[in-house]
Amino acid sequence: MEAIFDNFDAVLKGFGYTLFLFLVCAVVSLVLGTILVAMRVGPIAVLSRAAAVYVTLVRNTPLVMVFFFFHFAGPKIGINFNWVDVHVGGFDFTSAFSTAVVALSLYTSTFVCEALRSGVNSVPLGQAEAARAIGLPFTGTMTEVVLPQAFRASVPPLASTLIAMLKNTSVAGVFYLAEALATMRGFTKDYADQRWGILISFAIGYIILVEVVSLIAHRMERRWRIA
Amino acid sequence: MAGSVLFDAPGPVTRARHRVYTLVASVAILAVIAFAVWRLQADGQFEYDLWEVFFTPDYLSAILEGVLITVSMAVFAVIGAVLMGLVLGVAKLSDHPVIRWPAWAVVEFFRAMPVLLLMTFFFFAYFISVEREVLFIPEESWGGFLSVIVALTLYNGAVLAEVFRAGVNAVPKGQAEAAYAIGMRKTQVMTTILLPQAIKIMLPAIISQMVVALKDTSLGYAVAAPGLTYIGNQIMLEFRNHVPTVLVIATIYVILNLVLTWLATLVQKRLVGEKKPLEVPMVGEANTGGTPL
Repeated sequence: MEAIFDNFDAVLKGFGYTLFLFLVCAVVSLVLGTILVAMRVGPIAVLSRAAAVYVTLVRNTPLVMVFFFFHFAGPKIGINFNWVDVHVGGFDFTSAFSTAVVALSLYTSTFVCEALRSGVNSVPLGQAEAARAIGLPFTGTMTEVVLPQAFRASVPPLASTLIAMLKNTSVAGVFYLAEALATMRGFTKDYADQRWGILISFAIGYIILVEVVSLIAHRMERRWRIA
Repeated sequence: MAGSVLFDAPGPVTRARHRVYTLVASVAILAVIAFAVWRLQADGQFEYDLWEVFFTPDYLSAILEGVLITVSMAVFAVIGAVLMGLVLGVAKLSDHPVIRWPAWAVVEFFRAMPVLLLMTFFFFAYFISVEREVLFIPEESWGGFLSVIVALTLYNGAVLAEVFRAGVNAVPKGQAEAAYAIGMRKTQVMTTILLPQAIKIMLPAIISQMVVALKDTSLGYAVAAPGLTYIGNQIMLEFRNHVPTVLVIATIYVILNLVLTWLATLVQKRLVGEKKPLEVPMVGEANTGGTPL
């Protein structure tokens, strides 16, 4: 276990990158996913179909291929993030980080879209009809009846999506971001004799992060549960 | 759009407005596509040189071999995962805490971990120096091949354990009660009454898990495992045709996955009928008990 304790600052820094990546991607993919679902369930057939095609394509592409695109193909056609150069504390947010954010967010937003859509689909049609019947206008129907229920119903699938995304941040480690997985990779190479200790330490790190996210999701779910 | 919970059926004014929106949206979408095509053209990505490799029989057969390896990694992993899931799922339903709790711990541990973590670990800790030529796998990639299969088996096995548990719970209670009533033992009830019915319900979920496994085989890129991603990488390195290669390889993955999804829907219609498919809880929601069907 000396490998872990002697290099504990490196471990912390790795998980720090993981956490930053998770937080930034969570915000970006929630925003993108909301835009996608608005197109998807909206009344304009063209937009709905375009969003459906995009979601189907990206959902079925492996995340590694999305990273491939932004890492290898992107720079060839002028998509690059070399202009990003932010340093906060000991953390560098440069092109490796931005590439990871873009790839991971584009990928996750399609799953966010599906999670939100399942929430909207879970609201029975009768609810809206009843709201109209008692004379609520469109805004009233939406804000008082439909959206609150849709929002509550989509908390569990959204949480699953975010947890999957948290685990997916590890892919960025393969593409030159020194997050937790990349740190572990270095350790297993250098201290092969302590491999089980290393695996278990990093696994516990990920499990703690995952449990925190699922705990928050549980709290929200319980608070907003439909009576 | 009639029948949507979000909107009223549109009247004439709204329909006219929607037509305008449709026009604007179509123009915008076409503009985006046109811009992308123009960009690719301007950078010379449509030149035959860059695409030639995908019309060369030798490389086509290499890509086909990549597809074969990718699919076989997914198949091996899913077979392993089904066996592991079966054992752990049944163990989680056991009446004895001594069996139930370790199974629970194993499932939770492997589900909360990134697959890539397992893959990297097994590769660098065990398989890095394994070199053996087996079947159609090149000698130097056997280690990567093994790490991918082991990691995917452990991860998907843990996920499938939950599927199995949910599947067994989804079999109507009366079935088990009736079996006990005619004097069957616990093991008999599980193997002859519950599991056969549960597997029928679970089949679509297992096939969708295959889509996940197939997508995740691409993570093998990190451990130099053979397969589509690896072939793509080799082609990119040799011909420096990054854009066409990524597009072609991604398209193959999408097609494979869509075929599998289509198969899952077909099986679902055949075996489960119009009932809601089995939903698998993710990490964190697992302890709340069986998913209601």
